[in-house]
Amino acid sequence: MNRYPLWKYLIIAVAMVIGALYALPNLFGESPAVQVSAGRTSVKVDVSTVTRVEQALSAQGLVASTVQFEGTSVRARFEDTDTQLKARDAIERALNPDPADPSHVVALSLLPRTPSWLAALGASPMYLGLDLRGGVHFMLQVDMPAALQRRADVLTGDLRTALREKNVRHGGVNRNGVNIELRARDAATLEAARAVIQDQFPDLVSSETPEGSEFRLVATIKPEAARSVQDQALKQNITTLHNRINELGVAEPVIQQQGADRIVVQLPGVQDTAKAKDILGRTATLEMRLVDESTEGRAAADGTGPVPFGADRFPTRDGRAAIVKKQVLATGENLTDAQAGFDSQQQEPSVTLYMDAKGGRVMRDVSRENIGKGMAIILFEKGKGEAISVATIRGELGNRFQISGSMNINEANDLALLLRAGSLAAPMEIIEERTIGPSLGADNIAKGFNSVIWGFAVIVLFMCIYYMLFGVFSSLALGFNLVLLVAVLSMLQATLTLPGIAAMALALGMAIDSNVLINERVREELRNGASPQSAINAGYEHAWGTILDSNVTTLIAGVALLAFGSGPVRGFAVVHCIGILTSMFSSVVFSRGLVNLWYGRQKKLKTVSIGTVWRPESGSSVAKAD
Amino acid sequence: MELFRIRRDIPFMKHALVLNAISAITFAAAVFFLVTRGLALSVEFTGGTVMEVAYEQPADLAAVRHVVESLGYADVPVQNFGSSRDVLLRLPVLVGQSSGQQSEAALAALKAQNPTVVLRRSEFVGPQVGQELVEDGLKALGLVIVGIMIYLAVRFEWKYAVSAIIANLHDVVIILGFFAFFQWEFSLAVLAAVLAVLGYSVNESVVIFDRIRESFRRHRKKTTPQIIDNAITSTISRTIITHGSTQIMVLSMLLFGGPTLYYFALALTIGILFGIYSSVFVAAAIAMWLGIKREDLIKSGNKPAESDPNDPNGGAVV
Repeated sequence: MNRYPLWKYLIIAVAMVIGALYALPNLFGESPAVQVSAGRTSVKVDVSTVTRVEQALSAQGLVASTVQFEGTSVRARFEDTDTQLKARDAIERALNPDPADPSHVVALSLLPRTPSWLAALGASPMYLGLDLRGGVHFMLQVDMPAALQRRADVLTGDLRTALREKNVRHGGVNRNGVNIELRARDAATLEAARAVIQDQFPDLVSSETPEGSEFRLVATIKPEAARSVQDQALKQNITTLHNRINELGVAEPVIQQQGADRIVVQLPGVQDTAKAKDILGRTATLEMRLVDESTEGRAAADGTGPVPFGADRFPTRDGRAAIVKKQVLATGENLTDAQAGFDSQQQEPSVTLYMDAKGGRVMRDVSRENIGKGMAIILFEKGKGEAISVATIRGELGNRFQISGSMNINEANDLALLLRAGSLAAPMEIIEERTIGPSLGADNIAKGFNSVIWGFAVIVLFMCIYYMLFGVFSSLALGFNLVLLVAVLSMLQATLTLPGIAAMALALGMAIDSNVLINERVREELRNGASPQSAINAGYEHAWGTILDSNVTTLIAGVALLAFGSGPVRGFAVVHCIGILTSMFSSVVFSRGLVNLWYGRQKKLKTVSIGTVWRPESGSSVAKAD
Repeated sequence: MELFRIRRDIPFMKHALVLNAISAITFAAAVFFLVTRGLALSVEFTGGTVMEVAYEQPADLAAVRHVVESLGYADVPVQNFGSSRDVLLRLPVLVGQSSGQQSEAALAALKAQNPTVVLRRSEFVGPQVGQELVEDGLKALGLVIVGIMIYLAVRFEWKYAVSAIIANLHDVVIILGFFAFFQWEFSLAVLAAVLAVLGYSVNESVVIFDRIRESFRRHRKKTTPQIIDNAITSTISRTIITHGSTQIMVLSMLLFGGPTLYYFALALTIGILFGIYSSVFVAAAIAMWLGIKREDLIKSGNKPAESDPNDPNGGAVV
């Protein structure tokens, strides 16, 4: 009766192998590394940067374990932190000749040392939370009313234009909060206005609110439209943040939407909070200006003459200069979207820009009068401007126009990204902030680790003394539980926090409960005179119901914490729940498997090694079995 | 080795009244302290800024307090945290200044006083987020209570569900009472510990109830109090050993876990100790007073079928 079918042993074996494999990366530790990424949105980091980095290192006689191009940055690993620091300086000097205007960001980071064969399997170490790694955590709240107000502004302007085109004479269209108010002199105008709104403005819903003798129409943005404005604003802000955070050269930033109007930003390894906050709050601005096509302007562009009065000089991406008039036609505020695509006529890569009503009108007027002339789009970052696009005006432009020619599809995508990065859709405010120094992070890991290990050791010792061989099996099951827990956490890449490590310790303490239940039950059966084989069977049988009930109740508490917890508490809840599940598997299935393996075949089993089975009738304890 | 050589069932239920009276008194005391002293809520719940700074030499708390007061904060808690070189400051929310500005100004002032100071950690929680965390915490507690009651009512019977929840909530209140009495910092981590303790405590009660069910089945002649005594006595070894093991883990956390986990581990310790008491004695006693009977748990077909009045053999039982 105490025989496990072969398939159960296979499952256990497979679980052991998978558990070991996926828990293994955590043992390899991390290596100090230097990470090189783009310092400006217009700088590209690619394979050529690898060569430059290698040259910089060899020039100083420094040896890197590996230098690789990964994703959007180049990473060089080193043997120790001394070499790492020297290397950082060497690379910084080589790649950023002008410290006031860095083109690359060279940052220190710690990268996991997972060997490639493990990485190929998808195994990686657990994702450490900020309180274990050190770094900065922000929660930003997007000012949604402001985003809605902007949209209402845009719609007000558009409505004025539309009413004028339809020749509806109104007494004033104004934005009031997030609504648009329209005054009219009589009911007929009101009706006409309402018709216009219904026809041309699907996002608005209007209602009449007479105010004394005046006729008044109030148009509100429909809830679905409002929600999509908010979604858009949030997503645009996230993209903008992404770009800015890339500048900081953080190893693995986390930028996520949380709820309807919040963004969570986590920057592991960043120490300089002030700088991080400055970068997050910064506004990059876009300006559209006409190119100065006068003789002086052209001379200045060639470099043969000075910049004429009334114009500015900005570098372009390919190293030349653009001389543009000082007058600003439109700014990033008027740009609502920019998408890369293909030109409708010539199938060339192009970027379509969408302007709001005001921007569209300006574009129309300016382009009508300047066909054949050049227009530049300038991106201002950190106070310095760069002309990201100089194009010739080919026809009359409007709300929507395309820039095409002389760029491949990658460049078109980059340009669209730059244009979108040019402005924040709605202002953001920091509502939560956490900074953890790196030494504290390493400290916390050590403390957490120590508590788990020492507690584990003492429990194992006790179990082996008290329950003898069964205690050994229980301890093995506990060890397996720990390995499985670590493996699952590594596979899920769930965030491990200090409370999470505490949850691990707690889970182990609770897991032993199941084995104690089983062992005590077996002892009781033996005490009542059952034969060893049936005692083992009965012990496991009776204990299972209790184990299930008790684990489910603890699981309910874990799930509630998971649902309502945030931050470190969530880390605790995740480990807690996973720990319960792995403990059910390991303490019942795994330990039974071991017991069956050991005792199962012995048909005439006389005694089992479970420590003292004390029988009250005899008055003295039965000698230690086995 | 067998630590529990018990010859007879210990008559716990005879002393049910005394045991419950003790727990009622401790409960009342806990509520009293909660109401009069209140919990020392951490920054996470109240909103505000926490800064942890480290000095090279043991810190001069008075000087630090002086610096902080000169910035305009009255009565700011300044204390050692972990070692004599680490200092923890809690700055309240200042209207008009963002936390970033607050912590920077504070750090600058501290640096002016002693240039070797280093910022180890700083946390800012806006008051609205703090409020939300309180609400979330309460919701989590509510969910746990409801979930456990439903599960127990299904697996056993409603009387068991009620007694388990009463006994274990009593646990939770006692932990909170301790925290209120000693004014230990009540943070999110402690809340997590409290909820974990609730789950763990109910776990205890479940083991007892399970045994009660089995005893009802096995010992048909015993009365309910005897059944309960039997159940508690036979599981006492397991109860003590499990609590002991969990306590070893928690002790390890208390000793090695450092100041961050300290109150968390403390909450767990109290929970584990009182947990034995409440789950074993109080839950079973309340269940007994609610009137649990054999028939509640054993839904066997012992009820005789409806006798047919015309059947001459009706009502006969072999």
